[in-house]
Amino acid sequence: MNTNDLHPDRETGAAAGGDTRHDLRLEGVSKRFGNFIAVDNLDLVVRRGSFFGLLGPSGCGKSTTLRMIAGLEQPSSGRIMIGGVDMAGVKPYQRPVNTVFQSYALFPHLTIAENVAFGLRRRGIKDVRRQVADMLALVELESQAAKKPAQLSGGQQQRVALARALINKPEVLLLDEPLGALDLRLRRQMQIELKRIQTDVGITFVHVTHDQEEAMTMADTIAVMNAGRVEQMGAPIDLYEHPVTTFVANFLGQSNLIKGQLTGKAGGDTMLEVHGQRMAMPTARVHTDRDEVWVGVRPEKMQISRAGTSVEGENAMTGVVTDASYIGVSTQYLVALPWGQEVSIFSQNLSTEGPLSAGDDVVLHWNPAHTFALDSTQDAAAGAEKVEGDE
Amino acid sequence: MSAAPAPGAASAAPADDVARSVGTKAWTPYALLTPGMLWLAIFFLVPTVMLVKMSLSSGTAFSGDGSFTFDWQFSNYSDAWNQYVIDSPIFQKSLVYALIATVLTLVIAYPLAYTIAFKAGRWKNFLLVLVIAPFFTSFLLRTNAWQTILVDSGPVVTFMENTGMLSFLHAINTPDSWPSWAQLFPDGLTGENRVLATPLAVIIGLAYNFLPFMTLPLYASLERIDFRLIEAATDLYSSALTAFRKVTFPLSLPGVVAGTLLTFIPAAGDPVNAALLGSANDALMGNAIDSQFKATGNYPLAAALSAMLMFVIVVMVALYVRRAGTEELV
Repeated sequence: MNTNDLHPDRETGAAAGGDTRHDLRLEGVSKRFGNFIAVDNLDLVVRRGSFFGLLGPSGCGKSTTLRMIAGLEQPSSGRIMIGGVDMAGVKPYQRPVNTVFQSYALFPHLTIAENVAFGLRRRGIKDVRRQVADMLALVELESQAAKKPAQLSGGQQQRVALARALINKPEVLLLDEPLGALDLRLRRQMQIELKRIQTDVGITFVHVTHDQEEAMTMADTIAVMNAGRVEQMGAPIDLYEHPVTTFVANFLGQSNLIKGQLTGKAGGDTMLEVHGQRMAMPTARVHTDRDEVWVGVRPEKMQISRAGTSVEGENAMTGVVTDASYIGVSTQYLVALPWGQEVSIFSQNLSTEGPLSAGDDVVLHWNPAHTFALDSTQDAAAGAEKVEGDE
Repeated sequence: MSAAPAPGAASAAPADDVARSVGTKAWTPYALLTPGMLWLAIFFLVPTVMLVKMSLSSGTAFSGDGSFTFDWQFSNYSDAWNQYVIDSPIFQKSLVYALIATVLTLVIAYPLAYTIAFKAGRWKNFLLVLVIAPFFTSFLLRTNAWQTILVDSGPVVTFMENTGMLSFLHAINTPDSWPSWAQLFPDGLTGENRVLATPLAVIIGLAYNFLPFMTLPLYASLERIDFRLIEAATDLYSSALTAFRKVTFPLSLPGVVAGTLLTFIPAAGDPVNAALLGSANDALMGNAIDSQFKATGNYPLAAALSAMLMFVIVVMVALYVRRAGTEELV
């Protein structure tokens, strides 16, 4: 395949914000099913050639959004633009979009080669052999061309579904939980594969998933969705390091959220008080107008030391270890704070004294720059249920 | 196998394990098969052997001492051939009537099954009950009812007359110039102003009576189709019609094959519809066998006709199933 004509000038044009004609844009898109609002006034811009992740728990509206882009559902209001063309009234089979379905939806009566050729044949392209061979080579399934889908493993079927969509060189490729049915090891492998293929072909990928690790591994930009809305959008590192809502703080990784009050500003810093303890943090990381806040720190950003250790210049609080799980690469601690709340700490096993154990008095301390402050009216547990729910 | 040297040694231990863990349950499959096998042996194999034996015997039931001698009378088959294929084309008629009825049934049943499978929503079960509801009354009664529906000068016939359908159907006939063995509809598909006692009435009766046998297998195979496959086809540049042609219909082929067989096979041998809805000219193989058996007492000829019909249907079905290639479908 000639990858040159597939390569949009991502680095130069789109990323610099110059050429926006080929973007996928959602403007005020809503979808209602009866009284239920699945997607609520969604605005999104997906840059051409980017790998865009739509991340959220089941029922957050991410799949509905994908189906609206594909044309399998009609928005109740708002509009969807692909490459500058309004998609209202454009039938699914007329859109420059292809989908990799969660169930793969391979045609069981056709061979792998015919499955892959399906889209080309429907557009009246007679000689498909060369393209099908190239595409099967891309997904490393040349030897399976004559087989039926039922004869392939889950991972192979997934790659056929990808090839069947990619061969059409759509403007946008939609992936609906494409790795959901695979086991963990295969999923890791396919994540890397998918990213490689996307880089190779340079097509815009919109990837829907509930797996935050999967989204962070592959996507350039992630939109975290909850209850039909985008909670926060940005690069994986921005979302993780600078969550602006409790939902994002909990859904992407874990967060310790502790009640506190903002007490004033000094330079670029904001002073705060947490259960009588004075602390500081960068003002840029305060994401609320109120003085009552959730003070957030990621578990791996907290350091744990025996009580009495000097923690000059850091935010600190004391506690008692209630649980220590040694898992080799790190030790995960649960520490009870004086007011009863438990926080978790992921500690690299750097200390030579061996891990702390339950009952030890400790001091927790962290770099003030790792502190963030969120609106205290938000639910501190929002987005945290996914741990039991999805994995 | 690359492990050629001692395949027995390698497999012996696991086989023993299996035998032990399954224990006395090894005979279970045979026990489960026994009733069906016995049924087939008593009600299919034995009668078939008796039928073939009778078809090669001589004698009649109503003359002489009423007994039959098995003496390899192959002339029964040549008599059957001459009388029912060459002299009057009853054999051909049976197959053609059954074929038309099968196509008609398929054309009616496919949209019906499709609607029930994909569009009926909560009415699905109710509609399925309606499909089999006719079975609650007797086959004979239902066929008789068609005499009333298609009665001369009745509303149906009047409507067909007024719309010109009747004269159109009457015009569909086999020309006099054709040889006698090809005279399938010498007087048209219908009469000039009647439907009852014409070929069409028999075909309608066959199509009506076997409709559920077509609808249910079609429904079963359509209902199994994953709707996401149709979405996938739509996503891959197929219009609704193309998606049907390339995905839905091929995937429903097992149902089409099952339904057409369940309709065609009994329709080809059915005597009731021709007897109740047709004229004397519309007698089919079922009626011929019936009359040779009951009126003439020529059991050997009746048996030869039955064996012939059975043989031709088996060959046709084998060719058809092979052509449709259902074994390749999942």
